[in-house]
Amino acid sequence: MSEAIALTADQDSLARAREEAYGAPLEALDVARPELFEQDVMWPYFERLRAEAPVHYCAESVFGPYWSVTTYDLIKEVDTSHEIFSSEPTIVIDDPDEDFDLPMFIAMDPPKHDEQRKVVSPVVGPRNLAALEPVIRQRVQTILDSLPVGETFDWVDRVSIELTTQMLATLFDFPWEERRKLTRWSDVTTANEESGIVESEEQRRAELYECLEYFTGLWHDRAGKAPGNDLISLLAHGEATRDLVNRPMEFLGNLVLLIVGGNDTTRNSLSGGVLALNLFPDQFTRLKADPGVIPNMVSEIIRWQTPLAHMRRTAKQDAVLGGQQIRAGDKVVMWYVSGNRDESMFRNADDFVIDRENARKHIAFGFGLHRCMGNRVAEMQLRIAWEEILKRFSHIEVVGEPVRVRSGFVKGYLELPVRVTAA
Amino acid sequence: MAKITFITHDGQPHVVEAANGTSVMNAAIDNLVPGIDADCGGECSCATCHVVVDDAWWDKVGGPSDREESMLDLNPEREPHSRLSCQIPVRDELDGLVVNVPEFQM
Repeated sequence: MSEAIALTADQDSLARAREEAYGAPLEALDVARPELFEQDVMWPYFERLRAEAPVHYCAESVFGPYWSVTTYDLIKEVDTSHEIFSSEPTIVIDDPDEDFDLPMFIAMDPPKHDEQRKVVSPVVGPRNLAALEPVIRQRVQTILDSLPVGETFDWVDRVSIELTTQMLATLFDFPWEERRKLTRWSDVTTANEESGIVESEEQRRAELYECLEYFTGLWHDRAGKAPGNDLISLLAHGEATRDLVNRPMEFLGNLVLLIVGGNDTTRNSLSGGVLALNLFPDQFTRLKADPGVIPNMVSEIIRWQTPLAHMRRTAKQDAVLGGQQIRAGDKVVMWYVSGNRDESMFRNADDFVIDRENARKHIAFGFGLHRCMGNRVAEMQLRIAWEEILKRFSHIEVVGEPVRVRSGFVKGYLELPVRVTAA
Repeated sequence: MAKITFITHDGQPHVVEAANGTSVMNAAIDNLVPGIDADCGGECSCATCHVVVDDAWWDKVGGPSDREESMLDLNPEREPHSRLSCQIPVRDELDGLVVNVPEFQM
């Protein structure tokens, strides 16, 4: 690694962030500012909140007032108390647009959540995945074999996006040559006007309506055929969802849920793993000596990266949490990114340790009823990717600064310039 | 105190001794029985300690609580006698209990 390249926030920015995080009055801290994540300097803010105010109220922010929950145990308490902390109307800190509300089962409480989730969950069930494994492995091999050894290229675009998009296209049985539409719709869904992905909210909505129209076509095609095992066929034939197409906004909401859920997350863990192994090169050496550690490393990558930084709940009733009085209607943000760095749960939590004993206990999938439905797909993709990477490359060197997403929700990378060396 | 037999997916029986008050999940983890993940640590919130109770033992073990039921229900591969082993406390009357560990946790 060249010394001129800053793989994380450079020491000066981090020192300034630390000064600000500890210098400001506690009540003034606003950890949801997207630029903190873009610059990778949110860490000292979370560190202070965990130590001094694990349930913290921020009275003023661009997202309005909100509570931050930052320690492992308290996050788990909120996540498993769905009767107090509702997933409706949304699971992100930003409130939904009143005139463009997309209902989706991740943002529903029981019983509707359970009914809709059950329809699509078999496609990512372990049995179906086992059947898919050879196909996925072959596709991973093709992607890796096409990489230009010895030249600089963008790992995000050539590997992370391509692999997760192919997986998603497989699960949707989506027209193969048009699969990058899925990538685009995923990016557009989580875009805001600052992100540079769309130029305006109007453009964003127009593109999402295209997504709806495209999938409505696929729906009618699948509904007219015998039930298959892809996500659209399952929805079109499922008892709880077979009329979903007649509720276009809810159909679109569930589509973008499956698209973002299956795309942005694993994409950023695939990039994050490469970055982590560059930051902790001794771990790469250990990995090469013992590829058997890959399944555990996959959990550690997901912990270390935490591709979705938070999930938001809304209090349905007054409640006391960690000694703080929460009022009905308050916004409560569970910062998974902080819980996964909680020293009381993970020793030397900022370090990337491929054989960390309790890596599986990470909180990146959430706990309780809304626990990530695609967790086993994610793990399978990452496992296969690393198994095949090790067969081909002795090194993946990050040769330029990673470009991070400006968001406190999707914690990931827009670019990661690398060079690979053949094994 | 109870003797518990876990039959893993390959048909292999794993016999362990467990103290009253612990959970069947903990009995598996403490004795390194393969196939139980228990990601959430025993709080009925991840469903990765799924077991299928042997027919002969179902009445003694009993069915799931509402909360457990809602977690089990997320698993497309659940069976009629599925339980989350973290929610089964070990007690004398379960001496000899037989449970099957599924091929995959989800």
